[in-house]
Amino acid sequence: MQQLISFIRKELYHIWRDKKTMFILLGMPIVQIIIFGFALTNEVKNVKFAVLDYAKDNASQRLITALDASEYFDVTAVLQQPKAIEQAFKNGSIKMALVIPQAFEQELLHTNKAQIQCITDASDPNVANTIINYTNAIVGSYQQELQQQPLPYTIEVTNRMLYNPQLKGAYNFVPGVMAMVLLLVCTMMTAITIVKEKEIGTMEIMLVSPLQPLKIVIGKAIPYLALSIINIISILLLSVFVLEVPINGSLALLVGESILFILVSLALGLLISASAASQQAAMFVSLVGMFLPTIMLSGFMFPIENMPKPLQIVSNIVPAKWYFIIVKNVMIKGVGIEAVWKETIILTGMFLFFLSMAIRKFKIRLA
Amino acid sequence: MNNDKVITAHQLTKQFDNFIAVDHISFEVSRGEIFGFLGANGAGKTTAMRMLCGLSLPSSGEATVAGLNVYTHNEEIKKRIGYMSQKFSLYEDLTVKENIRFYAGIYGMSNNYIKTKTTQLLEQLHLTNESNSLVKSLPLGWKQKLAFSVAIFHEPQIVFLDEPTGGVDPVTRREFWNMIYQAAAAGITVFVTTHYMDEAEYCNRISIMVDGKIEALDTPTALKQQYHATSMDEVFLQLARKANRQE
Repeated sequence: MQQLISFIRKELYHIWRDKKTMFILLGMPIVQIIIFGFALTNEVKNVKFAVLDYAKDNASQRLITALDASEYFDVTAVLQQPKAIEQAFKNGSIKMALVIPQAFEQELLHTNKAQIQCITDASDPNVANTIINYTNAIVGSYQQELQQQPLPYTIEVTNRMLYNPQLKGAYNFVPGVMAMVLLLVCTMMTAITIVKEKEIGTMEIMLVSPLQPLKIVIGKAIPYLALSIINIISILLLSVFVLEVPINGSLALLVGESILFILVSLALGLLISASAASQQAAMFVSLVGMFLPTIMLSGFMFPIENMPKPLQIVSNIVPAKWYFIIVKNVMIKGVGIEAVWKETIILTGMFLFFLSMAIRKFKIRLA
Repeated sequence: MNNDKVITAHQLTKQFDNFIAVDHISFEVSRGEIFGFLGANGAGKTTAMRMLCGLSLPSSGEATVAGLNVYTHNEEIKKRIGYMSQKFSLYEDLTVKENIRFYAGIYGMSNNYIKTKTTQLLEQLHLTNESNSLVKSLPLGWKQKLAFSVAIFHEPQIVFLDEPTGGVDPVTRREFWNMIYQAAAAGITVFVTTHYMDEAEYCNRISIMVDGKIEALDTPTALKQQYHATSMDEVFLQLARKANRQE
């Protein structure tokens, strides 16, 4: 026990003396949450648009007002000729232009059919899509207002967005940031510090001492486990109080699952450290081998369902994918262990697999 | 078995696949002796030393360290030996005191004892004023002396030194050897590998390894007579030239 305390105290000195790294480790999750929360958002609001209204009648005015009144659109320019549309797009002053043809009201009332054109800037396809959907929705509701009596057969679709009615991006990226930060702190930092001990020769001294290798592993893991728990707490506090993302499920389950994921990451870090020859190699393997797949293949940035089949299969070996599913389910949907037991078993299996691989590699190196 | 023999090796061998790194070596080291373990790079001395330290198991042959069998009691052996490598292996971002406390701690020494002994040691090394300085601010020679003191802090029976004087100037090397003599006088057996032939002369007995085998083992004086040489350098060159093995 005293050996372990000595070891952990030494690790804490390392972390404490390296202030830069410590601030990065503790500050990174806060910065990430703030960046993802406020700068990177998929939500489209207050889209500036221009109108080219050839009709200038009652119906066209009401349609424009309806768009302008919604929180999604703001009219910024009333144009007189088609050339002006492209000019406005090019200097970036608008994201959408609405063209209403002549005699709009007349056609609408007498032939029951009228056309309008919605032109968007598709250099950002997602935003363009969203704008078109919003426009369709607003035009649709205007149409319903016009209908004095409903059609004999209408199917009215009532939409309900479960778990995230406001469609906030934060509901998706908070779990993602948690997975990323834990992986980075645990996998990369353990790998680097263990390899560092090999490089400076202190590992050899410890292996010649009566300190068992298992205690070295535990002593390395505990400080980073503590750092990770501080990070989880700061991420959750920021999400709940700043981004207003609720924790719908059990906090204990969420923390428990996070600790399981931390253990997986620590075991991975150990495995990397057993094979990497230098600190640079350990960092490179952690970043390319762990960090990129986590961002790309965990379902956090890009939906796994949309990926080609081979990538979908590969995504199964990314631990963050399973943790991401668990956190989303527990935190956002508020489900219990009965809904995430499968993912929990997979993570546990991964932990045992990586740990036994790491211990085997450790032993081979000693023989 | 003679109790005075703290290290014994008999036909000790280490084989990696088709490569015999250490080839049936036999020797004995007595208590308080300074035993020099010489050989060119790749001659197998590090591998031999790793087997004695319990870092690697022999392929065949027998060896005891502090009276304990290296196959069955390697964990017990670790408590009775000290080890210092050419990297000095102190933590640069820890203070002098913290380094001592850490290494003493992993040998399971009690806090009170560590404190008293640390104060004594710092006085001996004239490092009392530097006890709270980070090790990286110390000159190389001080680091080396500190590393040696840390290696014998837990009062081992044997201390293994793996090229302990690499990169250190001759004056500091001489001072360092004075520390080794003091340790040996206190009854600690010193097992040292080195490249410096002047240092070989300081040892009580030396063995020279060539291609995994011990080619010569005696006192420096006897070896010089045997090989009709005026210095250990000549003895070493005569033997090392026989080597077939490349690095």
